[in-house]
Parts: sequence; C-alpha cells; structure tokens
Amino acid sequence: MRVGLFVPCYIDQMYPDVAVATLELLEGAGLKVEFPAAQTCCGQPMANTGCNDAARPLAARFLDLFDPFDYIVCPSGSCTSMVRNHFSDLVGNDPRLASIQSRTFELCEFLHDVHPVDFSGNRFPFRVGLHQSCHGLRELRLGGDSEQMIERPDKVRSLLAQVQGLSFVELQRVDECCGFGGTFAVNERAVSVAMGEDRVQDHLEAGAEVMVASDMSCLMHLWGLISRQGSPLAVMHVAQVLAGRSPSVSVKNSIKPKAGNVL
Amino acid sequence: MATVSEHPEKAAAYIADRSRSRWHDGALWFVRSKRDRMAHSLPEWERLRSTASQIKAHTIANLPEILQQFEANAKARGVHVHWAADAQEHNEIVLEIIRKQNATRVVKSKSMLTEECHLNPHLEVNGIEVIDTDLGERIVQMRGERPSHIVLPAIHIKKEEVGETFAKYLGTEPGASDPQYLTEAARQHLRSKFLEAEVGITGVNFAIAETGGFVVCTNEGNADLGASLPRVHIACMGIEKLIPRLVDLSVFVRLLARSATGQPITTYTSHFHGPRPGCELHIVLVDNGRSRIRDSDEFRSALGCIRCGACMNTCPVFRRSGGHSYDAVVPGPIGSVLSPAADTKQHRSLPYACSLCGSCTDVCPVKIPLHHQLLTWRQQIASQGLLPVSKTAAMRAGSMLFQHPRIYALAGALGRRALRWLPKSWIYNRANPWGLDRDLPEPPVESFRSWWQTNRQGTSVDEGMKSKEAKNGK
Ligand code: SF4
Repeated sequence: MRVGLFVPCYIDQMYPDVAVATLELLEGAGLKVEFPAAQTCCGQPMANTGCNDAARPLAARFLDLFDPFDYIVCPSGSCTSMVRNHFSDLVGNDPRLASIQSRTFELCEFLHDVHPVDFSGNRFPFRVGLHQSCHGLRELRLGGDSEQMIERPDKVRSLLAQVQGLSFVELQRVDECCGFGGTFAVNERAVSVAMGEDRVQDHLEAGAEVMVASDMSCLMHLWGLISRQGSPLAVMHVAQVLAGRSPSVSVKNSIKPKAGNVL
Repeated sequence: MATVSEHPEKAAAYIADRSRSRWHDGALWFVRSKRDRMAHSLPEWERLRSTASQIKAHTIANLPEILQQFEANAKARGVHVHWAADAQEHNEIVLEIIRKQNATRVVKSKSMLTEECHLNPHLEVNGIEVIDTDLGERIVQMRGERPSHIVLPAIHIKKEEVGETFAKYLGTEPGASDPQYLTEAARQHLRSKFLEAEVGITGVNFAIAETGGFVVCTNEGNADLGASLPRVHIACMGIEKLIPRLVDLSVFVRLLARSATGQPITTYTSHFHGPRPGCELHIVLVDNGRSRIRDSDEFRSALGCIRCGACMNTCPVFRRSGGHSYDAVVPGPIGSVLSPAADTKQHRSLPYACSLCGSCTDVCPVKIPLHHQLLTWRQQIASQGLLPVSKTAAMRAGSMLFQHPRIYALAGALGRRALRWLPKSWIYNRANPWGLDRDLPEPPVESFRSWWQTNRQGTSVDEGMKSKEAKNGK
C-alpha cells in the first residue's frame, strides 16, 4: 500500500515539524509513505478568492502527482476539503478526480477510520483546549457541530482522548471560527483579529495550557495574536501531540534534531 | 447607481469600539444559544429542515402555477390582488390604494419587503405619515436609521440609547433605561397611532396557495392591531413567500420561531383569509429581481429563505461587525447572497465578508447552502472583473510560483531567511496587514521538503527529486 503525503505549502515552509510528525505517525503505523516533492499548493487561496483560472493548473498538478497513491493523507482539514469538495469546480471533467477524492484523507480521519492507531501508550500531561477548525468540522464532518442536531463521532477529540494525562478544558463556544479564513485574515483584518482574540480568550478563560487543532493555519493566526499579547498559551498541531512532542519544543517551528521521538 | 460600498472599512469602524462590538456579539450569541436549546428539544429537527427545504424547492420550481392558484383562491375570498414587477411599481400601487381612501395616516408592521422597496420615503414625500409599529423598527425609525437585523432591527442599540431617543421624541424621563418603563411609553405612543390610522400595512410570512390565505407572525401583536383597527389592510409580499398547502405551514411555523429567537412559536401567528365585513384587504405580490434569482442555477435555493435571521445570529462576522457594515437592506450571510444579485458591483465586497466557516449553512432551517453560494459569488465577481487588480494579480503570481516547485522552494527559503534576518521594522509595517496585530510565525531554518531530501532520500517517487538526485550523483 502506498501512502502519498500531502503537505500544505505553509506547513512545508513554516511548520515542517508538523509534516515530520505526520510522517512519523504514518510510518509508526507501519505504512510506506512517500512525499512527491514536486507538490506545492493545492490552489486553495486562489479558489477561495474566486480566481478559478489561477487555481485550475494547481489542481491539475495535484491530480498528476497524487494519482499513483492508494491513499493521500494531509495534516489539514481545510486543504483536504479543497481536494474533496472544491476540485470539481476546477477540474470536474478529469476522469481521475472522483477516485482521487475518495482516496484523500485528513490525518485524523485517516487514523480514525481507515488505519486505526492506538495512542493509549502516549503521555501528554497538559490541559488541552481543542480548537475545532471549521473546514474539518463542517466540510469534512470530522465531528458534530453545534448547529446541526446530528450525532457524529468526534475524530480529532477521540484520538487525543486516548493519550494518557491529557485533559480537555471546556470552552464556552465549542466550535466558533477563529477568523483566519485564508485571505479573509488580511482582507477583513479588523473582523479577523476580533474573532481570533475572542477565540484565544475563550481558551485562556477555560484554563487551557495548550491549544490543539488539526489545522495549522488557524493556529498560525491564533499564535500570532497570542505571541503579540504575550499570553502563556502554547499551540500545537494534533499530529505533534500524537507524535509525542512536548509543548515547549513545538512552539519553535524547527524540526527536532532527531526524528522518531515518542515520549 | 449607488456607489460601491466596502464591508472591511465599515466593519473596522464598528469594531474600533471594541466594547460595543463585544456587547453586540454577546447579545446575538445569547439568541443563538437559545436557538440551539430549542432545536435540541426537537428530535425531529433535521427532518423538519429537510422537509422545509424540499417544500421550498418544489414551490420555487412550480412558482408560476402556485402563484396563480394563490391569486385565484385569494380573489375568491374577496381579496384585491396586485402584481408588481419592481420596487417602484410596488410603491405606486400602495400609494394609489392609500390615495383612493383619501388617507394620510398609515401604520406599518414589520416587513423587509417594504424596506427593500424603500416604501416609507416614497409615501412620506407624498404627504403620508407612516409609523412603524414594531418596537425595534419604531426605535430605528425615530433615530433615522435603518434596521441592522431582519428580526431584531434595533439589536445594535443599547437600552440607554433607546432611553435618550424616547426622551427626545416621546418625552420620557431623561436618563431612563428601564426596558419596562420604555416599552410602556412606546405602547402608549403607538396606541394613539393605531387609533388614528386609516390604513394598515403588514408583511407576510407565509401565503398559502391552497387556501388563498396568509400568515403574519409577530411577538408584539402589532400586526394584528394594524390589520384590524383601520378599515383597509395592505399586505406586501415577495413572490417567494408562497407555500403550496396548509399542512406545509406547520413545518415552517415550527422552524421559524425556534431559528429566529429560540421561542417554540411566535407569540402571535395570525391567519388572514379575506377582508372583514365592510373593509378592504389588498395583497401586493412583488418580484423585484426574484425571477432572476429563480432563473440562476447557483442561487435559486436562496429564494427559500424564510427570513428567520438565524444565519445572522450565528455568523461570527455579523456578530462583530454589526448589521450596518453590510450597507444592504438584508445583511449577514443571506444578505450577502441576495444583495450582489440585485447589484453585483455595489455589493461586491459582501461575499468576501465571510471566513467560509459554514456555520450559516448548518443553522439555516431551509438548508440554503449559504457559504457555498458566497464562494460561487466570489467566482462570478472575479470573472466579471470586479476584483481589484491587486488581488487578481497576486493570485496569478501565486499560481505561477506554485506551478514551478523549484522556484517556489527557492522563494520559500529566501522568505524564511528574510524573516529571520531583516530588522523588525522592515517586516512589521503598514505594507503587511497581517503583522499589524499578529506576529508572523518564527521561520524555521529548514523546510519539510529539504528535510525529506536529507532524511528520506531515495524513497521519493517524484520526478523532480529523481533528476535532482541524479545531478547530485546519487
Ligand atoms: S438564509 Fe436561512 S438562516 Fe438565513 S434568514 Fe434565511 S432562512 Fe434564516
């Protein structure tokens, strides 16, 4: 079985440890993982701005690069949703699309549904505030949201819940958007910042030590605010927690000196 | 033609008063929480939503027949039925009915359609006094503002400010802010207006084709007084307000109040089935762009909107930026779908006033895929050339960069190095809107792709990598 690692561009460039942690998790689960290094960006910023002409060639490249794999796994709900839910707007007539869409998974979804992994041997003795990212929640349905009256398994939370010592703090607004929204963060800066500040405040008031999310883009925005405020809140991608990183290490984006460091 | 209005600037102005923005957010979040509890109390909630959505889809698909059926049944009940192609025609029809009565005093209960058509100013310049009788609408009317929310028109105004307004117009105690006291003052004031009025105008929540009757839902009973005290009742409605059968009504009545305010049912759900003896009942059916939306494959389902306002209460952007930042009669997610349909250029910033969180889509009782429609609007705005060149150029440049992995990798390496070494003032300045309030991530020395090359070389199947490896003699 061949697993293709789909690393969003901003993770590749700014948060490489998230990709390494993802790789460790998949390899730790006994999978053969490959990284097609000609990949860049799935085209989401362009498509979300409405510039489909600019996004189209990037979607086409994605299909070329990832078609050979049995599974395509990505540590981002938002980029996974781009492939699964929005590529049809761009390359809808490509005969490979439907099959590739059905083989593309967000990391937690993959570890929960496709290739279950037991994390009960892990330890993470911290109070965690789980930030449910919107695209994971409402486009990939990684869990049930507060608007719909539909019970759904909470995939991100249930993976984290296996980890020993990890406790969740309860937020006032369990699935409020953080305000990142891609180019929205810059285009509607005032609203975006207000949303982010409120999100951070909710986690602080709940007593979180570490804010964990399955989308690093939300965390990039929230960390930007936390750092500016000087708040004592760490942020970590769920892959980093599951791969055994400690909060102090993950604040620095750089890759740990040696891979394979499960606590 | 109206000037282009930009949401980001108006939103920033509202948010600049952080405490007001927080208070507004809290007030609407409270309503949404009530809605959540109410929705939770019905095990069949999602089934109701699906049913409502199907009924509306059916109605919109068969609208011409259903409208004709309604007209015939309403006429048979002695109702005068009028048709208006646009706002102007609507206003003229209403004015003419009023003139025929030699009337000059009108009371009007809540109706977003008359807002949309700008009926009040049209009547006022023709010498007619129009008094909005919904409390919130009356407050904004006195203040010379427009409603900021379709269900809670004065949600942006604090009770202290209502006190100031009433002191000025109704002579209440200066400084009074007790809601009970202020409401009583408004009640007395409105009572005299009800008694004087010669014509009552109401909106319509649902019109039933099968019976020719219609339903108006209010929490204050003001529509009932306005429709019952004057001799003439004019009901104004968009043509999308139809439902086929009386049994369908139960589905919508259950969804409407729960979604709007978290009540099990609105306090007054009044049915009108023809004029009272010796009185007149008029219905004005208005298109004003609705047929055009019906003709579009992308936005048709937006006509199913029952104007509950739930999408506004849930929208994190609306809650913080306030309804007036949308500069449109209907604000919030549904307004951002409908307004560009009326004038794309003027409202081109609205589909971008959205983080695409999807909460509106999941809260909507008739399952309008609001955030998908906003994304579709962005595509149309971009393809119509209505995006600023700076944005399209940036997207095109990004696309070119991402189509060339080597250049992308190089640019990334240079960018990271720049972030590490450049003086802070070069990075944090006006040219970088991100950095005005947020720190940029600490750039790592190495990208993942370069880590992969070092640590997993040889396992890659990628062509680009292979040639690179070949060059490196490996
Ligand atoms: S779009 Fe849906 S949620 Fe919004 S007002 Fe209309 S019916 Fe209510």
